[in-house]
Amino acid sequence: MSATPANSPLLRMTGISKSFPGVRALDSVDFEVGSAEIHAFLGENGAGKSTLLKILSGAQAPDAGRIEFGGQEISFASPQDAQVNGIVTIYQEFTLAPDMTIAENVFIGREPGSRLFISRRKLEEETRALANRIGLDRNPRALVRDLSVAEQQMVEIARALSMKSRLIVMDEPTSALSRTEVEKLFAIIRALKRDGISTIFVTHRLEEVFEISDRYTVLRDGRHVGSGSVAGTTLDHIIRLMVGRELGLLAPRDTSYVTEDVALSVTGLSRRRKSSDASAIELHNVSLAVNKGEILGIAGLVGAGRTETARAIFGADAIDSGKIIVNGKEARISSPHDAIKLGIGLVPEDRKQQALFLALAIRTNLSIASHDRISSFRYFIGRNKEGALVDEYKKLLNIRMASGDQLVGNLSGGNQQKVVLARWLALRPKVLIVDEPTRGIDVGAKVEVHNLLFQMAASGIAVIVISSELPEILALADRIVTMREGRVTGEILRADADQEKLMTLMTLRTEKAA
Amino acid sequence: MSAVETKMAEAATKENDRAFDAFSFLARFAPLIFLLLLMTIFAIMEPRFLSSINLFNVMRQVSITGLLAIGMTFVILTAGIDLSVGSLLAFAGLVAAAVAKGGMQDRFTVGDAAIGYGWPLAALSAILIGLACGYLQGLAITKLKVPAFVVTLGGMSVFRGAALLFAAGGPISGFQPEFTWWGQGRILTVPVPVIIFLVSALIAHIILHYTRYGRRVYAVGGNPEAARLAGLNVNRIICSVYVIMGFFAGLGSFVLAARLNSAEAVAGTGYELTVIASVVIGGTSLFGGAGSIFGTVIGALLIGVLLNGLVLMNVSSYIQQIIIGVIIVLAVAFDTFAKSRRRKA
Repeated sequence: MSATPANSPLLRMTGISKSFPGVRALDSVDFEVGSAEIHAFLGENGAGKSTLLKILSGAQAPDAGRIEFGGQEISFASPQDAQVNGIVTIYQEFTLAPDMTIAENVFIGREPGSRLFISRRKLEEETRALANRIGLDRNPRALVRDLSVAEQQMVEIARALSMKSRLIVMDEPTSALSRTEVEKLFAIIRALKRDGISTIFVTHRLEEVFEISDRYTVLRDGRHVGSGSVAGTTLDHIIRLMVGRELGLLAPRDTSYVTEDVALSVTGLSRRRKSSDASAIELHNVSLAVNKGEILGIAGLVGAGRTETARAIFGADAIDSGKIIVNGKEARISSPHDAIKLGIGLVPEDRKQQALFLALAIRTNLSIASHDRISSFRYFIGRNKEGALVDEYKKLLNIRMASGDQLVGNLSGGNQQKVVLARWLALRPKVLIVDEPTRGIDVGAKVEVHNLLFQMAASGIAVIVISSELPEILALADRIVTMREGRVTGEILRADADQEKLMTLMTLRTEKAA
Repeated sequence: MSAVETKMAEAATKENDRAFDAFSFLARFAPLIFLLLLMTIFAIMEPRFLSSINLFNVMRQVSITGLLAIGMTFVILTAGIDLSVGSLLAFAGLVAAAVAKGGMQDRFTVGDAAIGYGWPLAALSAILIGLACGYLQGLAITKLKVPAFVVTLGGMSVFRGAALLFAAGGPISGFQPEFTWWGQGRILTVPVPVIIFLVSALIAHIILHYTRYGRRVYAVGGNPEAARLAGLNVNRIICSVYVIMGFFAGLGSFVLAARLNSAEAVAGTGYELTVIASVVIGGTSLFGGAGSIFGTVIGALLIGVLLNGLVLMNVSSYIQQIIIGVIIVLAVAFDTFAKSRRRKA
C-alpha cells in the first residue's frame, strides 16, 4: 500500500494534535493529499474527521503539528485566510444567503466593480461563466431559496472556484442528494480534477469511495489508521480500519428480563422534507418494535434518521404517515406532552440544547416533568416532596452534587446526563428512548450510565438506545436495528452481531434500502 | 497527569469558583447596591430627599409603573416583550372611568348627577379589558407566530387608537370618593397605591417561586425546546404571560385613574420604556429564564428615586429621558457581560 500520493503532495499535514476539555480529538495525525487528486476521508462518527477539517479550513488552530500546502508551511488564522490561500471548505449546512441571487452568493464579500459600486453586469457574467463550467443551468439572478439542494451545492462549488481554490473540501456532499444528483456531482469533481484541483470528500457511503476517489485516509479515535490508493484495497479492509478490533467495554448483560410483551411498535413511519427545511432528514417507512425489559439499539451513521425516528415517536416532530402502537393500542401522539402521558420518555442527543435549563437549579431540572408527583395544594410545588425526590434519585443514580439548589450548568457532563435520566425515571416510564446516552461524558460515568440502562430494562422498561458508537450499541442492546438514509436496513440479534456486520448494514445500499 | 499537575488544576478551579462567586454575588445585588448608593448621594446633595413625605411620594409615583413592571417580569422571563402597556393602560383606564360615570352616555357628565356604577364594577371592567387585550396579543404571538415585538408594537398603536376613539377628545374626570380612595387614600399614612403595588409584588413573587406555573415560566424562558421536550405546553405558557401583563395593565389603569381623578387618552405615553427599564435594571434577562420580582421592585424604585432626585435638583425632564435611555442600555450590556462570564466559568 503506497503511503504517499502518486503526484507531488499538494497538502501535507504532519503530527496534528488537538484536545478539547476531557477529549483528545486528534492524536498526532498525518494526512496527505496529492495535486489533482480525489481523496476520500473516512471514519466513524467521533473519529476526529470534523476536527481535522476544521483545522484545515482555518476554523480551529491545532495544538501541535505542521501544515504544508503547495510546498510551503502555512498556518491559517481564519477561514478567510485559508480561502485566500486556496483551500475552500463546503460544509453540510450550506452557508448561502437564501434571499440573495446566485451571483450575489458566489461573489459575496468579493463583488467585482469599483470601490463603491458593484458592477452587476460583471458579477452576472462571471457567475454565468462559472455556472457553465460546472453545468449549473440557472439564471445568475435566480434566488438561492428557489434552488434544489443539489443546485445550492453547485453554487457553493462555483463560489469555491471563483476564489481560485486548489483544494476543495466537501463534508458529506452526497448525503442529501439523489442518485442522479450524485452522479452529476461526481462528474463535476472529475472535471475539477482535470483542471488540477484536488478534492477531499467525507462520505458515509462506502461504495462511493470506490466509484470516485483515487486515495483514501481513515481515522479512528483521533488517530490515523490507514491510507492508500483505492485501487489496491477492498471494502472489507476499509471497514476493518474504521471499526478496529477493540471489544466492547462491558460484558453482555443478563437477558432473562426480556419479555415477549411488545411495549411499543411503530409501523410505516414516514416524514417528508418540507420545502422550508431543505436539509431535513426524511424517514421512509420505518418500522420497529421493542418489548418490555428489552434494550433495542438503533445503529446508523450521522444523518441515517435515528434521531428523527426517536423524535417522531415522541411527538417532537410531526409525521406524514405511520402508526404508533403503545401497549397494544394505537396511540395518537401529536406532542411530547401526549407521549409522556402514554409513558414514553426521550433523553435527547444534545442535553444542553434540548434537555437542560442550564441557568436553573438541579431541583427544577429534575422535577420539571413530574410536578404531579410533588405538588401540594394542587398548584404549589411541595418543597419537601421535591427535596425527597431529588434525594431519592441522587442516591439511586449516584449524582455527585452539593445540593438541589446548585445550578445544573455547573455539573459535569456525566452528572448532567444523570439529572436528565432522573427526570424521566421520576415519571416511571414504560418506554424510554435514549439518544446518545454517553456523548461527551467521561469513561467512569459512561459505565454508570450503562448500568443504569440495564437496571431500567431489568425493571421492565422497554429501552431504545441510539448511539454512534458501535461498541456501546453492542454492549447495551439485545437486538439492533440499523438505519441508513431514513430507512431501516437491517435487524440483527446481539448474539449474531459484530462491528463489521453492523457497519456493512449501516453503509451499504441493501435491497431493503434501494 | 502528575500529582502536582492535578493539584495545580484543582487549585485553579477553586480560584475560578471563588472569583465567580464574588462576581455572581455582585451581579445579583448590583441593583440594590446601586439604589442605596443613589439614595445616599441624593440625601447628601438634597436633604429634602429623605423626608418621609418625599419618600412616600416617590413610592406612589413608582407604584403604577411598578404594577406594570410586575406583569412585564413574567413576559420578559419568557424572553418576550410587551410594548403595548402604556396604550393599554390608557384604554382600560378610560373604560373604567366611563363605567364609574354610568356608561357611554353619561361619561362626560359632572357632579352628583353622575352616580354611575361604582368602583367595583369600574375596576373589574378595567381588569377585564386588560385580560382580553393581553389574551388577544398572546394568541397572535403563539398561533400566528408573529414575534412579540411586532404584535405588541401593533397593540401599542391599536390600543392608543381605541383610547382616543373612546375618549372622543376630552378626559373623563370627577369620580366618587370611594373610587379616588384607591389612588389618593392612605392606610396608616401609607398611600393605597403603594400597598397595592407591594401586595401585588408579594403575590407575584409567590407565584413565580412557589407554584408549578412559576417553574414553567422560568423553564420556557430558559430553554423553550427543552421545555417542550419535557412535556410542557410552551404556547399556553407564553400566551398566559401576556394575559398576566394585561391584568396588571388593567389594575394599574384603575389605580392611575383614581389617583388623578381622571382618565385620558394620552395617559401612560412612554411608559413601556420605564417599565421595561425597571425590569431589566432589576436583573431580569431579556434572553429569558432568569430574573425575579424582588429585582423588578428594586429596579422600579431605582428609576423612581433617580427621577425624583433629578427633579429635586432641578434637572430638566429632557435630560431625565436621556439618562433613562442610557441606563437601560448599560443594564442590558451588564446582563450580556454576566452571561458570557457564566459561560466561560
